Amino acid sequence: MKPKNGKGGRLLTFLLFFFLYAPILVLIVFSFNSTKSRTVWTGFTFDWYVKLFNNDAILSALYTTLLVSVLAAVLATVAGTFAAVGIFNMKRRNRELMLQVNNIPVVNADIITGVSLCILFVFLGKMLGFELGFGTLLIAHVTFNIPYVILSVLPKLRQLDNNLFEAAQDLGCSWMQAFFKVILPEIWPGVTSGLLMAFTLSIDDFVISYFTAGSVETLSMRIYAMTKKRISPEINAISTILFLTILLLLVVINVREVRQEKKAAGKN
Amino acid sequence: MKKTLVFLTVLLSCALLLTGCGGNDDQEVVNVYNWGENIDESIFDDFEEQTGIKVNYKVYESNEQLYSVLKQGGVNYDVIIPSDYMISRMIEEDMLEKIDMKNVPNLSKIDPQYLNAEFDPAQEYSVPYTWGVVGIIYNSTMVDEPITSWKVMFDEKYAGQILQFDNSRDALATALFTLGYSVNTTDESQLQEAFDLLVEQKDILQSYVMDQIFDKLESGEAAIGAYYAGDALTMMDINPDLRFCVPEEGSNFFIDAMCIPKGAANKANAEAFINFMCETDICLRNMDVTGYATPSAEAYAELDEETRSNEVLFPSKEVLRNCETYINLPTETLELYNQFWTKLKS
Amino acid sequence: MKKNKLGVLPAVPYIVWMAIFVVVPLILVVFYAFTNEAGGFTLANFSQMGSYTKVFARSFSLSAVATAICLLIGYPIAYVLSKETPMFQRVAMMLIMLPMWINFLLRTYAWMSILENTGLLNTLFDKIGLFDLINWIGLHLASDPGKYVPIEHFNMINTQGAVVLGMVYNYLPFMIMPIHSVIVKIDRSMLEAARDLGADSKTTFRKVIFPLSLPGVLSGVTMVFVPSVSTFILSRLLGGGTTMLLGDLIEMQFMGGAYNPHLGSAISLIMMLVVMVCMSIMNHFGDGEDTAVML
Repeated sequence: MKPKNGKGGRLLTFLLFFFLYAPILVLIVFSFNSTKSRTVWTGFTFDWYVKLFNNDAILSALYTTLLVSVLAAVLATVAGTFAAVGIFNMKRRNRELMLQVNNIPVVNADIITGVSLCILFVFLGKMLGFELGFGTLLIAHVTFNIPYVILSVLPKLRQLDNNLFEAAQDLGCSWMQAFFKVILPEIWPGVTSGLLMAFTLSIDDFVISYFTAGSVETLSMRIYAMTKKRISPEINAISTILFLTILLLLVVINVREVRQEKKAAGKN
Repeated sequence: MKKTLVFLTVLLSCALLLTGCGGNDDQEVVNVYNWGENIDESIFDDFEEQTGIKVNYKVYESNEQLYSVLKQGGVNYDVIIPSDYMISRMIEEDMLEKIDMKNVPNLSKIDPQYLNAEFDPAQEYSVPYTWGVVGIIYNSTMVDEPITSWKVMFDEKYAGQILQFDNSRDALATALFTLGYSVNTTDESQLQEAFDLLVEQKDILQSYVMDQIFDKLESGEAAIGAYYAGDALTMMDINPDLRFCVPEEGSNFFIDAMCIPKGAANKANAEAFINFMCETDICLRNMDVTGYATPSAEAYAELDEETRSNEVLFPSKEVLRNCETYINLPTETLELYNQFWTKLKS
Repeated sequence: MKKNKLGVLPAVPYIVWMAIFVVVPLILVVFYAFTNEAGGFTLANFSQMGSYTKVFARSFSLSAVATAICLLIGYPIAYVLSKETPMFQRVAMMLIMLPMWINFLLRTYAWMSILENTGLLNTLFDKIGLFDLINWIGLHLASDPGKYVPIEHFNMINTQGAVVLGMVYNYLPFMIMPIHSVIVKIDRSMLEAARDLGADSKTTFRKVIFPLSLPGVLSGVTMVFVPSVSTFILSRLLGGGTTMLLGDLIEMQFMGGAYNPHLGSAISLIMMLVVMVCMSIMNHFGDGEDTAVML
């Protein structure tokens, strides 16, 4: 199937990218605007970036977000990888039941996950005497991250040679040794993509955090609060920074991957 | 695999490093939950410098939202700033802690006319923070007549240009004033009438707003909106075409006061914060930024004549006499408000 | 791997975790839905539901429209892209995903400044004289020129259209990605076989490509529809609070202006059930297996 898109196809793709990026471009351009106006260009300034870095509320929200995302992604990846191995060993019927439960947070609307966890935390909190805060936020994030890790690890387990594990154990490996030396390297791509996915989901989440964070604030919650006040171009500044960071990361990752692929192809 | 392992370790150590930085557990804190755009946030630094207590600050949109969050439970705020009627509701539902006024000596600086009000007759639960009136803010370049009545909020001529309160009590009040009823009515037929008026108004509204009103009026996105006097002042600073009027049918006079929710973890810090907010120079600074009138008599004494004669900030006796304070409503009426509000918004 | 002694043991912590933090909370929602504030059993939360049919209808119809638009845009894009070189596809897919990594609220906020009455689009239209032109035409066509009200801007923000636009903008990538990944995987020999058997490109598409891409379509539809139906941010920011959706209604009962978690739970429960029914009907059309799973 050689590329045979006519002008129509290219135009369509171009229009799509215009649609996707025009709003982001607007955000970026007006982060340099000298007044608060979001529609009239009045001159160039870096003021909003300076202000942003002096805004404690935003910085501490950013810190909370990074911390909760990293911790939740790592915890969910570890727990999810082990869980995937366990689920894989289940009998067919149990496994299917488990996968159904696993799919609940994936398929359910965010708001329902958030609201139901909120009810649970408040209920438990009254019984055990704790308050909603960073702890509950972290639990919530781990909860909605784990299913995605499992979904990305399970297919790799399916591709695994069934005899590998047995062979390792027959040769005297303990379960743990066999897991770390034999299984893990084989399913590693699934684990890392699960980790990455968990991390992204956590960073981007607003709704579930909103219901479970109590008085703690994540960046999304901060931005939400900012859109409800007198709007400041600091919002634009922070979006620009986030956008450029992610763009850079993606470019680096992709360039590396392409290089590796080329290398691999060269060897063959 | 090695590279990803390295990546993972870096991530983990980042996390640990971050926790290390933030894990300053001995730090005394006070968790303040306030209206949006209702404080000069630079005051927090001075407070921390003077007392060593760090302020964690978060904002809510309306009294009703504050009530929901507290009622839901599981949050740990130490200082909240509800309005009068909400304070009496919270006292009734045992949601507030008594303040130890010995720790708030600056209470003596507050003008007695704002003390021992109906919502807290013994002045045990609250310390006044600001006061003001509700009115109509309009853009004089987009409206070609002087505005004196609530009726303009329901005038089809301004379809798509009107902003209404996004909370049940204030929104229903605009309709009740228009109809000439008391804002504290418990008469179901009067409330129904007001509700019907709001339903009709929905078609000509631009949107329901709280603090989003700042941008919309300042930029000329909307022409007319009902809001609080203090915020009107800061908006008029930015867009001089804006005018403020207290309608002739009367309006709402409110006092926002600082309270401590039941079970606050840092009560002593909360009292220190409340006391600090009543310092005269802090009141003046705060007033400058928020635009809301201070209840402090000492601070008032320091104001220049021009500020004192500002009718938006300090409305005349005649205007105030025409204003009504919200009082807490009986449970059935509150439920009716809730129902009406949910129905109106849906 | 069956011989290994630990068997399902590694999954035990996970099972406990999911039981406490996924299953129990849902049971609590059901419990809340059937009780009142005093804790007694009641059906009142459901009997009130009648007055919210409008919100249900609006949520579902707006999300359906948004999903349909996403499909109409997303399918051709995915199809066109699948014919490009692998390098082009890689870059294109990255560019399609990139906006998703920028905070959802920020993306929506950007649309506010574009759509407002004094926003970028209206300013642009004004600058190029579009409104003058319309008013000139309108004035000449009007039966009574005295009564003609000239327009100064298009009303775009705070409308249902703006909410749908927000849904399409934010969730379109969720439609393109699964469809694209399914089409790319279609075996080329099948297409060649179809051609060899005399099918023209239209027939090949209709009889081979489209049926094979259905699982991707179903997956995409789910991934656009579910978040659309439950959003409360899009309606808040782009709908001006006058276009209430189910998400708003639920949020209002928990954290907003009308505290009643019991009613909120009842609405959540019904929404969950309706979505589940919709999805199972849909999956019935496809082959069902694993279609709702994300990428």
